[in-house]
Amino acid sequence: MSEAIPYTVEARPDTGVNNVKIGIWLFLASEVMLFGALFASYILLRLGADSWPAGWNELNVNLGGANTLILIASSMSIVMSWASLEKNQPRRYRIYMTITVLLGIFFLINKGFEYHEHIVEHQLPSTSTFFALYYTLTGLHALHVACGTLVNLYLLLPGFKMWKRSPEQFTNRVETAGLFWHFVDIVWIFLFPVLYLLP
Amino acid sequence: MSDAHAAHEHAKLGFWRHYVFSTDHKVIGIQYAISALVFLLFGFTLMMLMRWQLAFPGKALPILGGLFGDNRMPGGVMLPEFYDQLGAMHGTIMVFLGVVPLGVGGFGNYVVPLQIGAPDMAFPRLNMMSYWSFFIGGVVMLSSFFVPGGAAQAGWTSYPPLAILNPTGQTFWLIGMIFLITSSLLGSINFITTIIQLRAPGLSFFRLPFFVWAQFVTSFLLLLAFPPLEAAGVMQLMDRVAGTSFFLPSGLVVSGQALHASGGGSPLLWQHLFWFLAHPEVYVLILPAMGIVAEIIANNTRKPLWGYKPLVYSVLFLGFMSFIVWAHHMFLTGMGTVMSSFFQTTTMIISIPSVVILTCLILSLWGGSIHYRVPMLFALAFLPMFAIGGLTGLPLGLSTTDIPLHDTYYVIGHFHYIVAPGSLLALFAGIYYWFPKATGKMMNKALGHLHFWPTFVCMNLIFFPMMLQGLAGMQRRLFDGGATYNFTAGVQHWNEVISISAWVMGVAQIFFIVNFFWSMKRGKKVDRNPWHATTLEWLAPSPPPHGNFENALRVTRGPYDYSSPGAAEDFSPQGEAVPAEAGA
Repeated sequence: MSEAIPYTVEARPDTGVNNVKIGIWLFLASEVMLFGALFASYILLRLGADSWPAGWNELNVNLGGANTLILIASSMSIVMSWASLEKNQPRRYRIYMTITVLLGIFFLINKGFEYHEHIVEHQLPSTSTFFALYYTLTGLHALHVACGTLVNLYLLLPGFKMWKRSPEQFTNRVETAGLFWHFVDIVWIFLFPVLYLLP
Repeated sequence: MSDAHAAHEHAKLGFWRHYVFSTDHKVIGIQYAISALVFLLFGFTLMMLMRWQLAFPGKALPILGGLFGDNRMPGGVMLPEFYDQLGAMHGTIMVFLGVVPLGVGGFGNYVVPLQIGAPDMAFPRLNMMSYWSFFIGGVVMLSSFFVPGGAAQAGWTSYPPLAILNPTGQTFWLIGMIFLITSSLLGSINFITTIIQLRAPGLSFFRLPFFVWAQFVTSFLLLLAFPPLEAAGVMQLMDRVAGTSFFLPSGLVVSGQALHASGGGSPLLWQHLFWFLAHPEVYVLILPAMGIVAEIIANNTRKPLWGYKPLVYSVLFLGFMSFIVWAHHMFLTGMGTVMSSFFQTTTMIISIPSVVILTCLILSLWGGSIHYRVPMLFALAFLPMFAIGGLTGLPLGLSTTDIPLHDTYYVIGHFHYIVAPGSLLALFAGIYYWFPKATGKMMNKALGHLHFWPTFVCMNLIFFPMMLQGLAGMQRRLFDGGATYNFTAGVQHWNEVISISAWVMGVAQIFFIVNFFWSMKRGKKVDRNPWHATTLEWLAPSPPPHGNFENALRVTRGPYDYSSPGAAEDFSPQGEAVPAEAGA
């Protein structure tokens, strides 16, 4: 019997998927529980609070809105990069993946400006429960954006070598990274209204 | 991954890649098992120290007492702070670094791929990362004893506000937990994917050995219940290092001074998030043990398990229900009668599948020709021990009867009956059962008996009196064993009995340690299938090579086909090798 692990690339006939597809969905399920617990904490802490500030009075809605658009755009570009590989167009893949990586970096720079703005105004995690939640939720999310961007950067530069050797497996990798990236995007789609737009 | 794998298939691996940074599930399983056994011994040693203080409060510990230094045991007398560190770390180490890594990381890793006829886990490198993340988490936990103020001392539950106000050791505890959670996340993804994807041809879900089902459900619990604790851990870390008040209520006064914090937090939030993990964690502790016992009972009664399908449905239902019982740990927090009613109802419901599982295992003994081999002794002992542990839990699951029993030694006795005489005996059974597979040598029978009988007797002498003490009202976490309270005077004397039993049990473990190493070198050599067992792992050589099976397998029957009428022998292996030309 060969020692290679079966179904790393091709789908198992009776389950219809390969190992990586199951693995990433399980990982995302656990991520849902992680952010779900934090959102549940938000609800519980807010219900127990005497007063709660309106998001737009404390946070910069313009920067947050810009970041929302950036992430939505990056979700589209990463789908396009995967679709380009499916259509066997590696040059277009590199263009779209570059856009995705740049958008991820823009998001983080933007977020950095936002944090800076709050810190100079002495709005720190210790200021109030609102800011404690704001920093924890967006900080953990930004960490996810940073990790996703690193993965995308790897797939853009050194990881791209695999395309020549094993195009199918490389396409799977981009798809997997894309699933993670969409998840990070969706978390922000929940974070933005909850933190910035709720009265 | 496949190409990297093929590249080192035939090349001789160096020492580091073969034994240390290995991606082979068997090596990783053994790494997990041995690390976990060392942690178990360490955690037990902490308890043996605590038992001195409980049996003889305020007396100097002879001989060893001087070794711990003046900030822990001045003149050999234990300080309350050090007692609290030992208590908190005993719980943490036994649960997160001992029983779970042994049951899931050790047995799961070693046995699951073999039992499903797979060459390895689905993600071998993630598997290696899982182990090393566990290892780093363990090192961080242990090193916390040496930071100023010592290790975490707010109990294994780390309830705020106390935990947030504690010295640096608590920060180490939180960081260590984040590594352990990462480890179990990587492991559980790997297990579930492996079981879904890498089953040998013909091995449908309802032909899986019960042990694999137990690991499957366990992995889902780890995957989905741990992240909320990670979220809680991050928030407590923020409370400690960034000055937030997630778990600090407004107007907190500490040592007569108002605490300088923004307030507005909720200590109850931590308890909810903690027990959302920690109740499913109880099933993470017990399910692999049940799986091991099921395998051994089928093998040693020489007949199929009674009620395989009820067992599987029960374990699935148990896994689901375990997510909605957590607040039965919180009846005394004043969360309200509606909440209490809900959670005591779910708690009563979850006892049903547990009883079904236990009943199936006991009925499996009926009419069997039982072989009283060493693994079977441990497996048989598991059944009444788990029954005592489970039944004593019912009064704790009802909010009315929980009120007087909460936080007493009754609780300690109850849950230890599940995890120590329960899980641990089953895990020992598993070691005796699969040792021949992992090493190709049999463990010594006489030493096995010398290990089993004192361990079994002492465990009952330790934990049964605790229930009596608890019923008399003795509180847990008291550093003098309740000596300051008159109403427990009638049960004080049990403290000495318990402590002496604990030390005797410690001595009895020497037989196991000697047996383990002696048998590895000089044990009787065995072939592939020394127990005449049916499941797939016994078709592989002992020990199995990298890649496990020499030939492709085809599974033709259910997992426990013992004593089939008309079969040549009293066992029919679950699968067979596919002839080379027909295979591939």
